Amino acid sequence: MGREIRLYIIVWVALMALLTATVALTFAPIGPLKTASNLGIAAIKAGLVFWVYMHLSKQPGLERVAALAAVAWLGILFTLTAADLLTRGWFHI
Amino acid sequence: MNGDLIVHEPYAGVEQQRAADYMGMYVFLGSEIMLFGGIFAALFAVRLLHPHAPFVAAAHLKIWLGTANTAILLTSSLFVAAATVVVREGRRRTASALLAVAVLCGVAFLCIKGVEYRIEYLDGLMPGIGPKQSPIRDAPAALIIDLYFISTVLHAIHLSVGVVLLGTLSVLLLRQDPAAPPSPITVVMAGLYWHLVDIVWIFLFPVLYLPRP
Amino acid sequence: MTTAPWVNAETPEEKVSYLRAGHTLRSWLFSTDHKRIAILYLLAISFFFLIGGLAAAAIRLELISPTGVFLSNEGYNRAFSMHGIIMVWFFLIPSIPNTFGNFLIPLMIGARDLAFPKLNLLSWYIYVIGGCFTLYVLIMGGVDTGWTFYTPLSSIYANGHVVAVVAAVFIVGFSSILTGLNFIVTVHKLRAPGMTWGRLPLFVWSHYATSLVLVLATPVLAITLVLLAAERLFGLGVFNPALGGDPLLFQNLFWFYSHPAVYIMLLPGVGVVSELVAAAAHKRVFGYWFVAYSSIAIAVIGFLVWGHHMFVAGQSPYASAIFSFLSLVVAVPSAIKIYNWTATLYKGSISLDPPFLYAMGFIGLFVIGGLTGLMLAMLAIDVHVTDTYFVVAHFHYIMVGGTVTAFFGALHFWWPKITGRLYPLAWGRVAALLIFIGFNFTFFPQFILGYLGMPRRYHIYPPEFQTLHVMSSAGASILGLGYLFPLVYLLWSLRNGKPAGPNPWDAKGLEWTTPSPPPKHNFEQIPVVTEEAYAYPPLGEDST
Repeated sequence: MGREIRLYIIVWVALMALLTATVALTFAPIGPLKTASNLGIAAIKAGLVFWVYMHLSKQPGLERVAALAAVAWLGILFTLTAADLLTRGWFHI
Repeated sequence: MNGDLIVHEPYAGVEQQRAADYMGMYVFLGSEIMLFGGIFAALFAVRLLHPHAPFVAAAHLKIWLGTANTAILLTSSLFVAAATVVVREGRRRTASALLAVAVLCGVAFLCIKGVEYRIEYLDGLMPGIGPKQSPIRDAPAALIIDLYFISTVLHAIHLSVGVVLLGTLSVLLLRQDPAAPPSPITVVMAGLYWHLVDIVWIFLFPVLYLPRP
Repeated sequence: MTTAPWVNAETPEEKVSYLRAGHTLRSWLFSTDHKRIAILYLLAISFFFLIGGLAAAAIRLELISPTGVFLSNEGYNRAFSMHGIIMVWFFLIPSIPNTFGNFLIPLMIGARDLAFPKLNLLSWYIYVIGGCFTLYVLIMGGVDTGWTFYTPLSSIYANGHVVAVVAAVFIVGFSSILTGLNFIVTVHKLRAPGMTWGRLPLFVWSHYATSLVLVLATPVLAITLVLLAAERLFGLGVFNPALGGDPLLFQNLFWFYSHPAVYIMLLPGVGVVSELVAAAAHKRVFGYWFVAYSSIAIAVIGFLVWGHHMFVAGQSPYASAIFSFLSLVVAVPSAIKIYNWTATLYKGSISLDPPFLYAMGFIGLFVIGGLTGLMLAMLAIDVHVTDTYFVVAHFHYIMVGGTVTAFFGALHFWWPKITGRLYPLAWGRVAALLIFIGFNFTFFPQFILGYLGMPRRYHIYPPEFQTLHVMSSAGASILGLGYLFPLVYLLWSLRNGKPAGPNPWDAKGLEWTTPSPPPKHNFEQIPVVTEEAYAYPPLGEDST
């Protein structure tokens, strides 16, 4: 078995562990931290898939930017939409 | 790395063509991220306006089926990633078998999803149809369920495309001629698509199934 | 490096001209040659420009009288909705990128074709399928939602063919995405040896910026339209407050695409004008890097301003303040371009050819459109003129005065390259003047109308507005004539025009080093680039 495939299996084990963790945390009494932990773990899982399975680790910087630009743009969409939704009730005319 | 030797129209060489393929696929996947991003933005907005709604909605979804499906998809991605390695080593039969396992995983995912939809149909959760009224009285929570259907159906469509794609490649790889299509780069590209569909699910799962107060 | 097998596979016919490489319909409809696909697009968008123009003619005719002329309320709503939908998605967005971008980008960067020729052809077929849906809707009676499909009108109350037209826009969006993807990869990966980023023509820079917007914004529109269709078909409530949704969310998602879409329309025109100005002045573009990066800046900042469409829609006033500020910021890169074009012309040996007249028209109209845009970006003024003809006039100055003028400028500049024939320059000058005069006659009165309070999307209006409306309609007939005129002499030139030769404007750029029309594979050998773009001889040494 080659080095690459061994790495892929390690990543798979990590992904499974993270899945177990996120489900376990759902039933843990940590209240509002659940959303943060669930999304944080999802981000780590997605990062692992992007970085290893999707070969981003072997790509030059340009390809990494191309693959991840959409994530930054989603950030714009979420931030400015939230700027509207969150402050809408602050001001009564 | 053999099998990449076919150079198509606008390219001067193999390296240039490979680089363009990678970049084109990443850019395409970026547009897919934006497509699903719109649904996530809608889920995000409903959650901001009605913070309790995701909890109510998630209580009606089958968390264990969702968890099983997540595990299945993550496993399928392992096999696809492995296939892209062996196919570049010229081991076409092994690659074909690995892709076949991934296809089976994808089919299993779709079957479990179908079982879930069946349960939800009987529970009256589907918008507009079903044997009885929806048990959810809270409109924002019902809205989250509606978005659950839209996003998971869109995801299932993407996954079905992936199953057909990988299934075709798996059959084609059985041919012994190393120069016959698919070239390794085609398998890698299909794999990238498969992994992105996986990543979409990695986010749909906690956003839809896991919220608990 | 392996030599590709097709490099020396040209038949003598193909070496002569891409137009002669096959004469059958099949050789056109299944061609993956970017130049032929550009022609296919040119024909398709011209068709939709004509239909959208007929809808505009109906609108202007109806508005001659304060009580309406021949349309019902419903009919008028459908006329302006179809005008907007067809012009935005089936003409303006694909206009310059899919015709001139398609034709010129490979030629300008020294490539044989776009990175993915089959995807390029596919994008045209997707466009045609979307177009067929639109024609179906048109024949069945149209929609009355306006081009913006605002909820809850579109989701609940509208009684036109909303789902079908939404499907049309959804489908045509994928043609945009494929084009954007193709351009991005082409510019990154297929530049000829020596063609560094600093040597790229500004036309290519602005198309690169456009492509970023196409790829990143269009999918959001697609999913928004899916949610809208689901709301209409299955009663989902994402945009329905009674069901826990938020009607403003539709506007947020819609304008996240549609404001950047304005830059999809504008940026290619900006690229065209940079080429036209440099060629007319026979000078290097002043401040090359500023013009290049301002395109990228417009594309990025363009994503941060969408809330200025929602100032009076119930959006949070705090968000409005942020959006207002960001909207003013986008004026900076736009102004940089105007200053640099002006500086480029300074002391240039300017030839008053038709392309240059169009470029000057673009600059003048874009300045007026841009400055009124600044007025609209300011919260207080916008509240006063929201949904009036002031807004209508503003965006027509950008989209028609800007983009369409640039489109005609590009058509007049590269027509000799595309067809190998020269058109009569005098007629070209007349058409350019007709368009400029007709345009201002049509739309300047609308600024005044709007500021006085004439709301958009009404065909019944107080009689005191009639003079201005009649002026506008009269101007529209001049404008329409101006647009039809080139059709006559350009088609005439196909048979009777003088052969153009490779470089009729004595311009710089790789596309002018090929024969006109270019051979099938563009270059006999991939050129090696050794000088910057616009390497015109220094002032005073120019013999022409």
